[in-house]
Amino acid sequence: MRLTVLTALAGLVVLGAILELLRRRRLREKYAILWLAVGLVVVPLGFFPRLLDGLADALGIANGVSLVLFLAFVFLLLVCVHLSWETSQLEEETRTLAEEVALLRAEFEAERVHDQQ
Amino acid sequence: MINNKRVLAVLPAFNEAATVGEVVAELRGELSGVDILVVDDGSTDATGEVARAAGATVARLPYNLGVGGARRLGYRYAATHGYDVVVQMDADGQHDPRYVPKLVDALDEADLVIGARFAGEGDYQVRGPRRWAMAMLSVVLSRVARTRLTDTTSGLRATGPRATELFAAWYPVEYLGDTVETVVYAARRGIAIRQVPVAMRPRAAGLPSHSAVKAAVYLFRAMLILFLALVRR
Repeated sequence: MRLTVLTALAGLVVLGAILELLRRRRLREKYAILWLAVGLVVVPLGFFPRLLDGLADALGIANGVSLVLFLAFVFLLLVCVHLSWETSQLEEETRTLAEEVALLRAEFEAERVHDQQ
Repeated sequence: MINNKRVLAVLPAFNEAATVGEVVAELRGELSGVDILVVDDGSTDATGEVARAAGATVARLPYNLGVGGARRLGYRYAATHGYDVVVQMDADGQHDPRYVPKLVDALDEADLVIGARFAGEGDYQVRGPRRWAMAMLSVVLSRVARTRLTDTTSGLRATGPRATELFAAWYPVEYLGDTVETVVYAARRGIAIRQVPVAMRPRAAGLPSHSAVKAAVYLFRAMLILFLALVRR
């Protein structure tokens, strides 16, 4: 029973944090949907930790909690990969911007030298 | 102008104020009709000012991108300013400008020309893991490019219009990618590649690394980059 209180509280805190970030427009929509879905899965599991025991049994996993741990691990791994992908893309974008700035500055300086002559 | 071609020499420079002035001056002396673009790769010293004073055009990156980023900027500059030929060189003085006309001439039958050591000219020697890495790269890349390449990590290269356009749009920023991956990428897109034997000089400043650990790391990175280059589309 005490475990259920702990997990339920944790689920509510996670959902609350996500909603608050959304409300303050700190999360882009594409991430918001993802994390909202996570929150909506976590809360019922928090109140009823044994909810997945049946499914776990069918999959050959000892109990529902193990199944949740396994799924959470896979999910977080995928999120990490996704974030690496996003940073790669961002680096490529900032690189292109840096090159653009350098080109424009070279252009501008050539123009200025030309005007002075 | 070399053989009626507008030629741009691109020199990426990162904190090379000590040598870049001399290198630019020598280039201007040896190759009078060639425009020189020094890409100041976010230097914290006076590299940009020194290069400009020596007579080069300077494009200054707001922060350090690494040699690949600096080189792509050179290709983009050449593409937007209508140059026929881009010659990429190092700003540390190890590339002898007297080989540039030979490279440009070789562009008559290729789009990408690599100035190569170990091809009969000069007496450059390497040993240990670094040598194995270079040998492995030579064997694999010669096969990919369907021509004999003895020095695939050479930074002395010349490109014709097709390769310039290709590299203006795509040029890897990773270490070694700028030499190894570009050869694979260009060869797969039908760019004809040739090599021209050159001798290289000792660097004007700074020492090449000779530690065994670094050489081993180099071998590992070379293998990784080569693997990635071959599996990437």
